[in-house]
Amino acid sequence: MTTSTSVAPTSTPGLPRPATRDPWWRRLLGKQPLGLGMSLPYIVFLALVMAYPLGYAVYISFFDYVFTAPGVHADHPFVGLANYRAVLSDPRVLDSFGNIAVFLVINVPLTVILSMVLASALNSLTRWTAAFRVAFYVPYVTASVSLIGVWMLMFSDDGLVNSLLGPLAPDPSWLVNSHLAMPSIALFVTWKQLGFYVLLYLAALQNVPRELYESAQVDGAGAVQRFRHITVPGVRSATLLVLVLAIITGSNLFTEPYLLTSGGGPDGASASPVLLIYQKGIQQGNPDLASAIGVILVILVGLLSLASTRLTKED
Amino acid sequence: MKTLTRRTLGAAALTLPLALSACGRSAVDARAASTSRGPISIWISTNEQELAWGKAVAKAWNAQHGDQEVTVQEIPAGSSSEEAITAAIVAGTTPDLIFNISPAALPDWVRAGGLVDLTTFEGAREHIESRGGSRARNYAEDEGRGGYYQLPWKSNPVMLMYNRKIFEKAGLDADHPGLDTFDAFLDASRQIVSSGASGSAIWPTPTSDFYQPWSDFYPLYLAQTHGTRLIEDGRTTFDSPDGLAVARMWRTMYEEELAPREQSTDDAMTTGATAMQLAGPYAIATYEDAIDYGFMPVPTVDGIPAAKTITYADSKNVSLCSTSRNRLTAWDFLAFATGEEWDGKLLETTGQMPLREDLTSTYPDYFEKNPDYTSFADQADRVADVPYVSGGIEIWQRFRDAYSGAVIFGKDSVTDAFAEVSRQIDALVKE
Repeated sequence: MTTSTSVAPTSTPGLPRPATRDPWWRRLLGKQPLGLGMSLPYIVFLALVMAYPLGYAVYISFFDYVFTAPGVHADHPFVGLANYRAVLSDPRVLDSFGNIAVFLVINVPLTVILSMVLASALNSLTRWTAAFRVAFYVPYVTASVSLIGVWMLMFSDDGLVNSLLGPLAPDPSWLVNSHLAMPSIALFVTWKQLGFYVLLYLAALQNVPRELYESAQVDGAGAVQRFRHITVPGVRSATLLVLVLAIITGSNLFTEPYLLTSGGGPDGASASPVLLIYQKGIQQGNPDLASAIGVILVILVGLLSLASTRLTKED
Repeated sequence: MKTLTRRTLGAAALTLPLALSACGRSAVDARAASTSRGPISIWISTNEQELAWGKAVAKAWNAQHGDQEVTVQEIPAGSSSEEAITAAIVAGTTPDLIFNISPAALPDWVRAGGLVDLTTFEGAREHIESRGGSRARNYAEDEGRGGYYQLPWKSNPVMLMYNRKIFEKAGLDADHPGLDTFDAFLDASRQIVSSGASGSAIWPTPTSDFYQPWSDFYPLYLAQTHGTRLIEDGRTTFDSPDGLAVARMWRTMYEEELAPREQSTDDAMTTGATAMQLAGPYAIATYEDAIDYGFMPVPTVDGIPAAKTITYADSKNVSLCSTSRNRLTAWDFLAFATGEEWDGKLLETTGQMPLREDLTSTYPDYFEKNPDYTSFADQADRVADVPYVSGGIEIWQRFRDAYSGAVIFGKDSVTDAFAEVSRQIDALVKE
């Protein structure tokens, strides 16, 4: 058995007195409650629209959950990891993650390279700059539904692209070809989002000192060398942002497989995890399985974003 | 940083319950609502003709019931009305009545507590069964012995619509096409495409939506099996010689490029991109000014006389939602809108067949003036619907996925795909 004694702190002359304990409301709200009050609307927005649904989705994924009308009680027994086992043993769910991997492998590098090159080219233009910027940005601000209609016409069996390709046109055609459907979607999304990423790079390029280019030119560096040794490292922070955003938005792919390939076709070759979440959660009334897919997706996207951050971290 | 996080969490903890309570769902007092009268709202399909009928019947009702006004709204947009209704049931934002209930999704809505048993109203069972006859029981609970969460309202019997001009151009007899067997149907399809009369013979929507089988496989399957539904007595029925024969016929259509694997970017019938389409009577209003059309029953393996061919009903029914606070008014309006007078006006306005007995003898003048609809009215007596089973949407989605792989895209063997999906669906039904 041990005993302990405690000695009450005593103040020493010449040293500051120990702080007295603040009331609970001050400890909670801080010394500047006005600042907290002004940021409260955004905190509430985040809590309601992001944190609460995410937390609830994680909760649902561990229960046998069904949607009910208000006031109707339904048992939601705890099922542990059963929903995760169910979705991870479903070949269509696994295929959808494989499909999205194909999408990311095409879309993310293409987005980074094209937007960086185009931004660099736009940055060096002296005339028509605004016109080019608008031209790249228009697809981004145009509704996907209308753009998809145009792409369906262009890439259909008897569409413009196949007419131009003639005997080289793929059979089956682009959007009903299990090998080409996802790459077609990746190209569409790259083209549509490019304007936004070009703007990010353009903003980053404004911070790269002109003198660096001039001195490199004096030293005899060519355009490619200047791009490689000045531009690429100079916009590294923008590259990280573009990478993370492209991964997050790409992993949440829904509209394009839903509309462009008519529900993830052909035969599920372009089905994405979010499309399956929609089918299982909204259409089929299985929010528990849909939530399990969602949680897995969040974890994978988080890991990918983390890996991107590490890869592009400055030494 | 820790202090900031703690403060943020503290502020959120204080405000979140308030915000959530503001968004909370509140239940209706069912006992008070069941004896209450007052204003109600109804949802109707976005179909132009149906909406016109809905507005007309509401106007007639409102003229006599000033204190029980009916407001008509279109069903909210969604890829299907089923998901819009599901979302509304969960959110508690359903109207009093919905005039577009799909029997495929209804068991799940009943399980979710979103609908009211109509037989709790005086005279409701008599109204439903005297109007619909014996087949009304196909829409009742407990295999026809229980209550009704839906009033069987109207059907759109699916038949084979064809473009007469394309048939003539292909050298087919447009007056007597005689495509009652699969062989005849395939031969005619080959003739249409090879003659250049049209780019395709028939163009069912080849997408992966759960409801697409109702517009390609299912009508022919019902005809071939004399009305056997996809699931009977808790077991799937399609992994059978009849089911496989129908699937193989469609696979041949896709393999020989008589039916496109791509979704049409336009209305294929109107543009002449295809010669045939499986459609209900609603198609007449759509195509009467665009093409010269004809209708025939769907084909089967050996051919069945038209008078004995059963097809898919594609029925849409009416349900009273549990969010209704004035249920007596809702029921009275439902009985009013499904009486003989307004059923007749539904027929006149939309061309869709009210699910009532003796349709042709009840409205002889209409069918005399509109002979195009007579074959549909005749067919309306021989229809079958989707099976009444919980989890219907998931079951149809699984079936569609297997069908897409094996039939439309020819990746798997039909035999293997049907055996596997039959096993999966049987397991789902047992759950």
